[in-house]
Amino acid sequence: MDWQFVFSQALTQAIGPTMLVYALGAIGLNLQFGYTGLLNFGQAAFAAMGAYGLALGVVAWGLPFWWAVVIGLGAACVMALLLGIPTLRLRADYLAIVTIAAAEIVRRLARATVWADTTGGSDGMRGFSEPFFALIPWDRESTWTLLFVSMDSGRLAVDFGIFELQYSYRDTWIMVVGWALVLFFTGIMALLIHSPWGRVLKGIREDEEAVRSLGKNVFAFKMQALVLGGIIGAVAGFLFALSRANVQPDTFTTDFTFYFYVVLILGGAARIFGPVLGAALFWFLYNILSQGLSQAIRADVIPPSVLDSTQVGPLVFLLLGLGMVLLLIFRPQGLIGNKKELLFDVR
Amino acid sequence: MSDKETKAGKTAAGAALAGVPPEPGAPKQDAILSATGVRRAFGGLVAVDVEHVEIQRGTITALIGPNGAGKTTFFNLLTGFDRPSKGSWEFDGRRADRMRSYQVARAGMVRTFQLTKALTRMTVLDNMLIGAADQVGERMWAGLFPGLWKKQEAENQERALALLERFKLIEKREHYAGELSGGQRKLLEMARALMLEPKMIMLDEPMAGVNPALKQSLLEHIKDLREDGMTVLFVEHDMDMVHEIADWVAVMAAGQLITEGTPDQISADQRVIDAYLGAHHDAAQH
Repeated sequence: MDWQFVFSQALTQAIGPTMLVYALGAIGLNLQFGYTGLLNFGQAAFAAMGAYGLALGVVAWGLPFWWAVVIGLGAACVMALLLGIPTLRLRADYLAIVTIAAAEIVRRLARATVWADTTGGSDGMRGFSEPFFALIPWDRESTWTLLFVSMDSGRLAVDFGIFELQYSYRDTWIMVVGWALVLFFTGIMALLIHSPWGRVLKGIREDEEAVRSLGKNVFAFKMQALVLGGIIGAVAGFLFALSRANVQPDTFTTDFTFYFYVVLILGGAARIFGPVLGAALFWFLYNILSQGLSQAIRADVIPPSVLDSTQVGPLVFLLLGLGMVLLLIFRPQGLIGNKKELLFDVR
Repeated sequence: MSDKETKAGKTAAGAALAGVPPEPGAPKQDAILSATGVRRAFGGLVAVDVEHVEIQRGTITALIGPNGAGKTTFFNLLTGFDRPSKGSWEFDGRRADRMRSYQVARAGMVRTFQLTKALTRMTVLDNMLIGAADQVGERMWAGLFPGLWKKQEAENQERALALLERFKLIEKREHYAGELSGGQRKLLEMARALMLEPKMIMLDEPMAGVNPALKQSLLEHIKDLREDGMTVLFVEHDMDMVHEIADWVAVMAAGQLITEGTPDQISADQRVIDAYLGAHHDAAQH
């Protein structure tokens, strides 16, 4: 079987469009969960706000692309406020319950038949991504080579000798924008977390009563973290919708939120680069397992009596789940977390 | 702090309280805190029902009473961590009963907790810095522009290090607060409260779980607060300690303020002895 192909594919994905969606969503979650201790189990809904805000804005209301982006960000803001106002004064678990329920409500509303004429119901919407791809600064005929990176008729190829990564014309643009966004938000996070504002957030994570006793309006800080994290979630939603060129309600299930958590825990919560590393590793492992198993079946390395190709998907998730459990046992701090910090968890 | 100075604050406190009669609700010449009709009921149980109490500025006042007397609940009410069923109070000339806990702290009344609340996964220095008031960099947008707050941060850091020096935690500044012993955490919590430059400091059982060696140094630190012009109100069980540092003692039992007086007056008061003994009889039924 072709290991080179499997590796190339997995590496391609590990820094590709989907990984960027996970990284962005997890950056938002890192602010909320990693630094502030807010249990937001509705990050998928924040992504849905972005994705649907964009799609509805462009397709249903015929607005310019950038206005639709603003609508998506605004919707995420409003949702964070709606969820935060009643729950952030209460204990942490209330937010968890409310966000997980709200995420499900959002998904159900998106697939409801009542306004299926506008939202497309369970089929979702398409046709909103053209303005975005019209922004690509190079054309489909572009061809150049720079060291090991080359562009061939608008498609990007990175040749490492043994492995070759290839991206389509559109994926390349998604990656340019996506990596720019990831770096931008990682930079913002680095600045914020090392500021007095970030220090208060960490204090809230440790003990909000103590922080309150020091004259800080804890509610306002938590709300800011929830809103900003939600906005970054919406940006992840934009990228997700654009990379698929469609929105579908059933892609915004609770699973989506839990992938963000997996990415965050894998990389290391409360670490600036945790989400990025976690997303790359998660999506690399996912792809190498599914590609590897599929290839092994195709090449008859694994006989069909043991595993057939339809069983690969569930098995990969089973293996990833097992890996997650082992990670939590042997390296609970994640890839780049600080184990020392975990020892003081008094709760 | 020299002995002479130490005496100054103590003498002033003694003088201010000299003519005050030893009875509940006695008026003081310059009360920093004055509460009236404070009541807190949990369902049918009345945890606190204090008719009137005044705390003299610049003194160390002990709040004592048997378990379940409502001392901590009263503390929580005064500091905005709990809401009264009714009642009102003024702190430093401002009505404070409607304030939220963080507003109370900003007004200059800062508390510590019975179960110490060190921010364990943050360094000792960060624990201190978070206490500083009016930080520009605590606004989210300002966090993005370090130039706006670096200078203030440096000043706060200088103050924090001076306080850590005073509380003998300076060597621990880069350690996680979670690495400190129970007694050191008490010290840290007190030092952190001082970062706010409070007018009044409320200590909820500052000696609970502290070893005898550290106890003495904690006592000295509390006395120093008075010398720095702060008013101290603390909850305590240990009568020896109360005798050593308190200028004035308020006694609560079953939610009510039963008496006030100097430590000597309180020790001789039959009502106090009854309250404690009564509580012991009650305790046996639990």
